[in-house]
Amino acid sequence: MSSTTTAPPAAAPSKEDRRGLADLWLRSPTLGPLIALAIAVVIFSLTSSTFMNIDNMSLVLQQTIVIATLALGQTLVILTAGIDLANAAIMVLGSLLFAKLAAQGQPPLLALVAGFAVCTVIGAVSGALVTRLKLPPFIVTLGLLTVVTALGRLYSDGNSWPVTSDLLGYLGKGSYLFGQFYVTPGMFVMLAMFGIVWYALSHTAWGKHVYAVGNDEEAARLTGIHVRQTLFSVYVVAGLIYAVAAWQALGRIPNADPNAFQTGNLDSITAVVIGGTSLFGGRGGVWGTLVGALIVAVLRSGLTQAGIDSLYQDVATGLLVIAAVAFDQWARRRAL
Amino acid sequence: MSTQQHEQDRVEPGAAEPVMAATGLVKRYGKVTALRGADFELLPGEIMAVVGDNGAGKSTLIKALSGAIVPDEGEIRLDGSPVRFHSPLDARKAGIETVYQTLAVAPAMDISSNLFLGREQRKPGVRGSVFRMLDRKAMRAAAQDQLDALGVATVQNIDQIVETLSGGQRQAVAVSRAAMFGTKLVIMDEPTAALGVKESGQVLDLIRRIRDRGLPVILISHNMPHVFEVADRIHVHRLGRRAALVQPGDYTMSEVVSLMTGALSLDSDGALVDPSGHRAEVDEQGHAVAVDG
Ligand SMILES: Nc1ncnc2c1ncn2[C@@H]1O[C@H](COP(=O)(O)OP(=O)(O)O)[C@@H](O)[C@H]1O
Ligand SMILES: [Mg+2]
Repeated sequence: MSSTTTAPPAAAPSKEDRRGLADLWLRSPTLGPLIALAIAVVIFSLTSSTFMNIDNMSLVLQQTIVIATLALGQTLVILTAGIDLANAAIMVLGSLLFAKLAAQGQPPLLALVAGFAVCTVIGAVSGALVTRLKLPPFIVTLGLLTVVTALGRLYSDGNSWPVTSDLLGYLGKGSYLFGQFYVTPGMFVMLAMFGIVWYALSHTAWGKHVYAVGNDEEAARLTGIHVRQTLFSVYVVAGLIYAVAAWQALGRIPNADPNAFQTGNLDSITAVVIGGTSLFGGRGGVWGTLVGALIVAVLRSGLTQAGIDSLYQDVATGLLVIAAVAFDQWARRRAL
Repeated sequence: MSTQQHEQDRVEPGAAEPVMAATGLVKRYGKVTALRGADFELLPGEIMAVVGDNGAGKSTLIKALSGAIVPDEGEIRLDGSPVRFHSPLDARKAGIETVYQTLAVAPAMDISSNLFLGREQRKPGVRGSVFRMLDRKAMRAAAQDQLDALGVATVQNIDQIVETLSGGQRQAVAVSRAAMFGTKLVIMDEPTAALGVKESGQVLDLIRRIRDRGLPVILISHNMPHVFEVADRIHVHRLGRRAALVQPGDYTMSEVVSLMTGALSLDSDGALVDPSGHRAEVDEQGHAVAVDG
């Protein structure tokens, strides 16, 4: 190992100093979002007496789960320099399949399997269109957004379908810890999924290839990475994750509704971007996304408790997205 | 850090079997013929520079040798046996590594990850086979060893993100990767084109060290001083074929340039002749002039 005590060349230190903050941002992209989350929590606990209540914290967590899970799949796609506009629509279709099949008397397990299969197949379709027809992910998923939304309405006859089985609502049925903290299986499922994807991204060759493809697709191809396989697998895995999000959703809402989660897609992109993953691909990670999703939930909860209209909450969230992207751009220019 | 350097006895041309030899390569792009019967040879332990005007077909030649294109006609032999590469991956599997002009690095990833990109090593046992876990420690150690062995001292930290490196350091990373995995030969496309004087010197040193460790190098370059500094032989490419194969000591830079442009050519005795077949040389202003005799 080279010694770190060796004096760097004369010109280096000032340059390093100048780059310090930008470099830190590029190296540990989760740090910024974590600080933002901490600041938001501190401010809201000062401005609202109920914000730090254990039941409110638990509510914030539960409100985070569905968006965070959607954002997990979105993170994978964005890391490859793509974007998924259809994720919430895929999730809604999945939840409709779960609920309607079960309501029509199919075994709940079969309904789950069918929903998971359909979401994964739709992911595979996006992947195939991106890799085989070489269409931009924005276009592919924009088209799928329309198609899948329509399919959901057709399949549900425009109605919402009640969650009739315990299995389908299982992830939202928890119990109280410490009196007021409501713990659901869904929380553990969400954390486990983030853990698995984190492991795959940071500790396997597949993860390295996902980052490399997002960094520079041509360079990745020249180093012998199977770019198309990698991209395709990302969309398939994302589809599977959206299916889990659909199951999570049925734990939170009494009916599967074709018109639910209208802002789910944009919220997932917001969480990813606020979490420090670059829209240009190749940089970021899943923990930042979890923090990003928490920031959005905390912001909404805190502003609600402070009596601020939800439209102003949208304004705050939107400004945060712009600030996050601007900072990312600045850091990249600075460090290069 | 290893200091011993096995200085290989450089093999004189003609004395050894070529590592790589190509004969009669033809490549057509529609109406354009980029290669028209090109020959090429690379001997063990040599740096072969490939020079030529823009459009002469250098890149096409290199692409044929590195598997990026399949020539329409002609034969490529590796250690005497005919080979046919259908992709860069084929050539790489045969031990041919290419350093592309674009470097083909992932800027947001660290040096160690870049050295092993597409060739990651997994941990032994169940962690590797079932959980597909990367052996990051082993890869970092191997990466550090490689940089040390090649004397890439300017890079201090193997965990540094590649985009924070200077141009020369990035080039060194790309070259080190090729040297690490190349078992037969390394091809470099204009490795000094984007670099300043000092960094060019460091990269040229690196190229020499790779040669000295026993790996022959094909060096495409526009820069005559760089070519004359490191090349053992020079392949002059012109109009889709090899116009001359010379040793730097036998001709001046201006003479090689005039071979490149076609102002002069070599006759069967290796003497410079002008297009009308008269003996010629290049004067101090770089103009080809006829000489009597
Ligand atoms: N992919 C291609 N399609 C069509 N023509 C090409 C292609 N690649 C090279 N050529 C042509 O072949 C000739 C040789 O090109 P190239 O090998 O790139 O030369 P060099 O690298 O020496 O500048 C040029 O006339 C060039 O325009
Ligand atoms: Mg060229």
